[in-house]
Amino acid sequence: MNLALRLGSVAFLLAVWLAGSQLVGPQLLPSPQTVGLAIVHEARSGALAFNLGVTLLRVAAAFTIAMVFGTVIGLAMGRIAVIDRLADPWLVILLNLPALVIIVLAYVWAGLTETAALVAVALNKLPITIVTVREGARALDPSLDEMASVFRMSGWTRLRHVTMPQLAPYLAAAIRSGLSLVWKIVLIVELLGRPNGVGFEIGVAFQLFDVTRILAYALSFVIVMLAIETFLVQPFERHVSRWRIKPA
Amino acid sequence: MSPAGGSSRLDLHIKHKSYRVASGARLHVLGEISFSLGNGEVAAVVGPSGCGKTTLLRIIVGLDQDFDGSVVLPTHGRLGIVFQEPRLLPWRTVEENVRLAAPQAGEAMLSALFATLGLSAHRRHYPGELSLGLARRVSLARAFAFEPELLALDEPFVSLDAALVERLRAELIELVTHRPTTTLLVTHSIEEAIGLADRIFLLSPSPARVIAEIPIERPRSPRSAVELAVIREKLRAAAANG
Repeated sequence: MNLALRLGSVAFLLAVWLAGSQLVGPQLLPSPQTVGLAIVHEARSGALAFNLGVTLLRVAAAFTIAMVFGTVIGLAMGRIAVIDRLADPWLVILLNLPALVIIVLAYVWAGLTETAALVAVALNKLPITIVTVREGARALDPSLDEMASVFRMSGWTRLRHVTMPQLAPYLAAAIRSGLSLVWKIVLIVELLGRPNGVGFEIGVAFQLFDVTRILAYALSFVIVMLAIETFLVQPFERHVSRWRIKPA
Repeated sequence: MSPAGGSSRLDLHIKHKSYRVASGARLHVLGEISFSLGNGEVAAVVGPSGCGKTTLLRIIVGLDQDFDGSVVLPTHGRLGIVFQEPRLLPWRTVEENVRLAAPQAGEAMLSALFATLGLSAHRRHYPGELSLGLARRVSLARAFAFEPELLALDEPFVSLDAALVERLRAELIELVTHRPTTTLLVTHSIEEAIGLADRIFLLSPSPARVIAEIPIERPRSPRSAVELAVIREKLRAAAANG
């Protein structure tokens, strides 16, 4: 039933697409079939796999940097009042700095390099991770901390078995929102200053007004991200919430 | 004060304990409280609700260090505690909860402990799947598996039904008899204290101080209604004089 609804919904989307393509013409909106053939063509030449791979690597690197630093800083800010007070103004500034400003400044200051690109993306994701994890750290149960300290649990045991499980819902939220945000920003970074990747290809296609290619690349990457969500993020969530009593 | 042969496991000298309440005023919780516990001794601290019993326990186990006085513990100072609420990790199974607190505990010891407490069938369950009574037992199992030199129990049987309390008390007696452990039980229930302790310290209402110390003969053994009445009368008289 669930699957049927989903498939029905996707079929309806394709139908709307097809109708739209008939209405405005293949120049502005190529049909699903044309886009499908373009994906196959790009896949055959190897360009699709290469560009998807490069973009995916950038997403993974920037996402990891942002999550690791965001978790550490968020945890510190949530638990230690002094750090919170010191870092909060920086956080507010970073939160409100437009993505484009960070990207342009990174390229101006560090050159059109891979490092500049990754730092720019990570800096866009970082403040949101910090805010989410900080909320989680503020909600940590002090009674479990006391228990852990009376039983003299080691720092590692406390982090792994007491703190992180409490942060899990907050981390899951940060991962969810983070992945979609990071890949969108990676595309902009590639468009503005990288010689490859999905964003670069879309930039080229834009200059040639090649809507088919734009859709082919965008669609392929959406499929990759959907696969990550289905096969990595959701199983992870199920694993960390296995102890919760399931609603009947 | 300590029974013969037992070196002291706990020397407690509290002069004064107060804390600041939200309005800014200082609340005087504990007055002068001094006692020592010998090796393997089971003591009960009894006092009216809200007299500062839990604060006393928190001071003893080191969770509260803001007080005038001193607490001397054995050199290794391994303290097991059974909190009023079980305080289990909801995302770890019963067995993991115990093992995380007591990584040194062997399988034989854990099986025996789980068997005594009727937890053998629940090893792989998560705390959310347990009743409060079972969760309390896991909390007891955790404290015992830790092999503490001093075991502190904070109202471990509160809000459980009478039959279950009776059973848990029997299990606790079996545990302290099987492996003598210096134990400090904090409770508002005189019955509980008489049933479990070698000695009872009676506290006054807040700010708490010890108003009587009553030794129990033949501790943890069945006693007649007359004996019980005598002990209760002693405690009542002490409370009235204090």
